[in-house]
Amino acid sequence: MTSLTSTPALTFDKVSMIFPDGTKALDQVSLTVRPGEFVSIVGPSGCGKSTVLRIASGLLNPSDGHVELDDQNIGYVFQDATLLPWRSVQKNIELFMELEGVDKETRRKNAALAIELVGLSGFEKHHPIRLSGGMRMRVSLARSLTLHPGLFLFDEPFGALDEITRERLNDELIALFLRERFGGLFITHSISEATFLSTRVLVMSDRPGRIVGDFEIPFEYPRNEELRYDPLFAELSGNISQALRDGHS
Amino acid sequence: MSRTNLRYGWLGTGGPPALVFVTFVGAWYGYSALVGPTERNISSPYPHAVVQTVFGDLSNLSELLKATWVTTKVASVGLLIAMAVGILFAVLMSQAKWIERSFYPYAVLLQTVPILALVPLIGLRWGFGFKSRVIVCVIISLFPIITNTLFGLKSTERGHGDLFLLHDAPRLTRLRKLHFPAALPAMFTGFRISAGLSVIGAIVGDFFFGRGEKGLGIKIRDYTNFLETEMLIGGIILSALLGIAMFQVFGFVGRAITGAWHDGA
Repeated sequence: MTSLTSTPALTFDKVSMIFPDGTKALDQVSLTVRPGEFVSIVGPSGCGKSTVLRIASGLLNPSDGHVELDDQNIGYVFQDATLLPWRSVQKNIELFMELEGVDKETRRKNAALAIELVGLSGFEKHHPIRLSGGMRMRVSLARSLTLHPGLFLFDEPFGALDEITRERLNDELIALFLRERFGGLFITHSISEATFLSTRVLVMSDRPGRIVGDFEIPFEYPRNEELRYDPLFAELSGNISQALRDGHS
Repeated sequence: MSRTNLRYGWLGTGGPPALVFVTFVGAWYGYSALVGPTERNISSPYPHAVVQTVFGDLSNLSELLKATWVTTKVASVGLLIAMAVGILFAVLMSQAKWIERSFYPYAVLLQTVPILALVPLIGLRWGFGFKSRVIVCVIISLFPIITNTLFGLKSTERGHGDLFLLHDAPRLTRLRKLHFPAALPAMFTGFRISAGLSVIGAIVGDFFFGRGEKGLGIKIRDYTNFLETEMLIGGIILSALLGIAMFQVFGFVGRAITGAWHDGA
């Protein structure tokens, strides 16, 4: 399903980032994410993974190099669900559409659809404070889904969740990916999560972050739980783990 | 709800303060008996004498309630003006560092100059009526509203700000949909503090002006002059109740607005 001829949703060409305080976060990072491609970046904490996403989304300007976005319409799911506590689930999901000037009727319709898609029907009127961590993440996902982004950025979205919730959300994310066919760029420090979700896994070194490994993950979608016990899955995870250790000097 | 409350119900919540109250009244009796064991005691009347005089005599009670109503009007109008002015300044100050730097010293000044020193000047400028009393209230209750609102507006989470930046939301949209709602809990903290202060302002104002419509301040002064200690204490009790009521109103409104999504207070 990866169409290598299509225009990339995101291109990084030798992107470097040096913060004003002199910290060198990224060193000549090049990568592409095509529509229908799900790329994960694994790396040690503090290696600049999140910086990649902040640059991709335009929240940060790189010090050097070139970034190209095919569609300005991007989805962004942060490590924290970043829901506005004073808004109900419904109103939180409508936020991005509101900011983009989508009319009220369309907002209602798209929100209802997204709520159903992430399985939160019946929770429309709840405030985030009453939701579990997994449910908050679903709201955060739904909020970005309403705009049908061509590129979806995930910044360790499931890092704070328990293992069971995390695996369930992995399955749900794959279902959404197959349905929406966005290009995904996923940051995580879990190798098994990266391998399970992705079409490609990039390995990043210690700061300043460089790409030190690039692995194709050949498994067909939809993927199910048994894949986690597949020998090839274990081998790929092992190789990625090795690359991660090599990049960790 | 704490464990004590779960185990003892209302007794757990109301019991300890009730015990303190009973002890206090007991100590009062003891003191009154010690100072002057007569029935009519000017400096320290018995608690039951106060209750009899203030609450047992309808004309006395209605006199105090009328004064309380006058004070309530002054305090409420003053507080509402302070809220409007305070929020306006806090919003302006949150928009640019230079605006904040320009006004903040004067907000502090407003808080530090003793209100008693200002009252006579206000009286000379604007007379001794309703307007001057309201001005005293505004001055005394402005600072907590400005600082708490400003603190609330500036304490927005970075992640929430990013959501709006990602969609290029203009400043006014960010203020309306992000900073202002995020500031509501802190704003209500300010309102509650200022509600109590505005009652003090209203009483201090007419205590010193001493003329015009008779609020609690003037009554307290009259009772002192005529050595009506029981009524003086009645005035004190009603001012305290008024302050508590104003405080509670904002606690209630605050919970009604932010209770569904904000823990605490």
